[in-house]
Amino acid sequence: MTQENISTSSPRDTKWREELRNKKTARERTSIPRVKMPELDPSYRITCNEEVNQGISEVQALTESSRCLDCPDPQCVTGCPVSINIPGFIKNIERGEFMKAAAVLKETSALPGVCGRVCPQERQCESRCIYNKMKKEPVAIGYLERFAADHERLSPSKPALTKPTPNGIKVAVAGSGPAGLSFAGDMIKRGYDVTVFEALHEIGGVLKYGIPEFRLPNSIVDTEIDSLASQGVKFVKDCIIGKTLSYDGLKESGFAAIFVASGAGLPRFMGIPGENLIGVMSSNEYLTRINLMGAGHAGHDTPVLKGRSVAVIGGGNTAMDSVRTALRMGAEKAFIVYRRGEEEMPARAEEVHHARQEGVQSMTLSNPVEYLADENGRVRAMRVQRMRLGEPDASGRRSPVPIEGAIDEIETDLVIVSVGVSPNPLIPNAISDLEISRRGTIVVNDDTMKSSLDDLYAGGDIVRGGATVILAMGDGRRAAKAMHEALKSS
Amino acid sequence: MFHVYFVSLHIKVFETMNKIIEKEHFSEHVVKLVVDAPMIARSRRAGHFVIVRAGEGGERIPLTIADADPSKGTITLIVQEVGVSTRKICALEPGESLTDVVGPLGQATEIRNFGTVVCCGGGVGVAPLLPIIKALKQAGNRVVSVLAARNRDLIILEEQVREHSDEVIIMTDDGSQGRKGLVTDGVESVINRENVDLVVTIGPAVMMKFVALLTKKYNVPTMCSLNTIMVDGTGMCGACRVTVDGKTRFVCIDGPEFDAHKVDFDEMMTRLRSYNLTK
Repeated sequence: MTQENISTSSPRDTKWREELRNKKTARERTSIPRVKMPELDPSYRITCNEEVNQGISEVQALTESSRCLDCPDPQCVTGCPVSINIPGFIKNIERGEFMKAAAVLKETSALPGVCGRVCPQERQCESRCIYNKMKKEPVAIGYLERFAADHERLSPSKPALTKPTPNGIKVAVAGSGPAGLSFAGDMIKRGYDVTVFEALHEIGGVLKYGIPEFRLPNSIVDTEIDSLASQGVKFVKDCIIGKTLSYDGLKESGFAAIFVASGAGLPRFMGIPGENLIGVMSSNEYLTRINLMGAGHAGHDTPVLKGRSVAVIGGGNTAMDSVRTALRMGAEKAFIVYRRGEEEMPARAEEVHHARQEGVQSMTLSNPVEYLADENGRVRAMRVQRMRLGEPDASGRRSPVPIEGAIDEIETDLVIVSVGVSPNPLIPNAISDLEISRRGTIVVNDDTMKSSLDDLYAGGDIVRGGATVILAMGDGRRAAKAMHEALKSS
Repeated sequence: MFHVYFVSLHIKVFETMNKIIEKEHFSEHVVKLVVDAPMIARSRRAGHFVIVRAGEGGERIPLTIADADPSKGTITLIVQEVGVSTRKICALEPGESLTDVVGPLGQATEIRNFGTVVCCGGGVGVAPLLPIIKALKQAGNRVVSVLAARNRDLIILEEQVREHSDEVIIMTDDGSQGRKGLVTDGVESVINRENVDLVVTIGPAVMMKFVALLTKKYNVPTMCSLNTIMVDGTGMCGACRVTVDGKTRFVCIDGPEFDAHKVDFDEMMTRLRSYNLTK
């Protein structure tokens, strides 16, 4: 995943960075322990929706940033799907120029406050940090990113916007999730007239309906959206491309090209008996009711079922979000049911850790095979097949094998199915010449994100089928670059 | 032409979108709203629905588009008060606006010349049936419409249905209008007297279930339109799932219309009660 790094500010050979490097020896820097993220107490946080990670202080940020060795060939950047100039922003923090640090982030990322919170840094930038080779904990790049973004957000003085000269070319974006916002941010910087169409009544896509408040507050997402709007991005909500406004309609109304980032809208179920009982629902439904619709909170009409004993099926981030949400909704017991072992869970280590701190239990090597109803048709129990780990499968994880005859009945009155999603079919169904894969994703060129249609690009989960915020954002950036080159030369 | 339209929409997005233009009470709890929604009015076809929201804390509620006027840029919605959200929607007066209207959603009805079609609607189900009656008639079908309700006050849209049907049979539970009896009695009488190529049924789930049982007996293909619980209405949540021919389908994107003989109505009725149970 190579990509031109468009961050040009704060290069490594500027004088201040040289001076900063010479201020401390490598030994001094590497002897500093990694900062610990201040967190709300688990017993308190499950009573509310407040953000669990409280963010590091200025003093902590100054110290942590001084751990960074400002490597001549920084590998962290190669681990970032949007190629953030990581040493550039960290060294600005070290010298106390927090606003400049935020500016460096914004050169390549439309959503630094979001990425600083939800990116799996431990698998990306931080996994490539030189400290790992020294058998030490990597620089807390994610915490520092969040620090810089939050500093700018909370600062009374906003940086002056350098507005590019408008080129008068209209481009459309379908979907306002991370891929769409990232694309919009890059295109508005290049002078395009960008309109983002969103199907829901809120801008932000999965950042709003999916990721819970305690992990990513909506106010953070809104700040980033406001920032894009102030740069000139137009947002139209309640408008579904392919339904309200057709692809041809977009072209007729003067849009030169479209970027489709409509997400992974279709929840998967397992197809087992009892899955349509009352009290069995997808994590998308559960989280949307609570996060987007405000179910369970005063002043909101949307209801949500509450459970005493809530089972969440799956081991990914969405499963963790759901099970932790269930605790906050008052469940006496909330547990993960996962067919592999805990080590094979795809969720972020931090999420699993937080969930455990909060009292989430996990039932690993177990797979539901049937849900049982009470006299009202509501789920009262599930039958789980116990598993053992067999040989590694295509994903490299040891695949679960059923243990013959080992089936137990477990009591539960609310089941959240979180076993993945499929691409949203609305746009693939609406555009006849668009090439679609067997899995229902839009087929694109991996480098340019261009589809089988010359003026239609796509990225995020509609292409990947279910990935992370940052990979979606990377797609948005690559599509923006390629679309810009195509439109420039046409 | 579209360009101009779109530009004007941009201004409208923040000003007059979703405004109630006209309101009419069909009965105590059933209201007709004509809503300003130019883009939806242009793109909708028979069978489509919209998701609407009244108030910032409002639920997303699916409502079938009963009619549309692309030249005026309006759509017609018929709403029955059944809970908090529909009460809020029905309380809106001309000049006020729905907070959100999004659509058109779902698959449009398959319209062609089938021959003779019996269209039967129960209660407020006549509202989504009307555009289908109209379209089927225009496609050259002989359309016999059967409207059913508990009593004469609850029969809606009779005049409009008459305008687009070859024959209209009214059935009321108490005999206060038309014939006394259930919708199935009306449908059966038509099947018994002439060849029927298709039955279209829209109404309460229990009504559609019994229409389906009846027509299955006579082997008449039957299409129903389901109104399940939805949240987003775009395929995202799966709240609307139903079992059709043994497979789980989503009403919002695969439907709302399905082969009535293959729908598991008992499961659907149970799921409709999801939020009526005491917790």
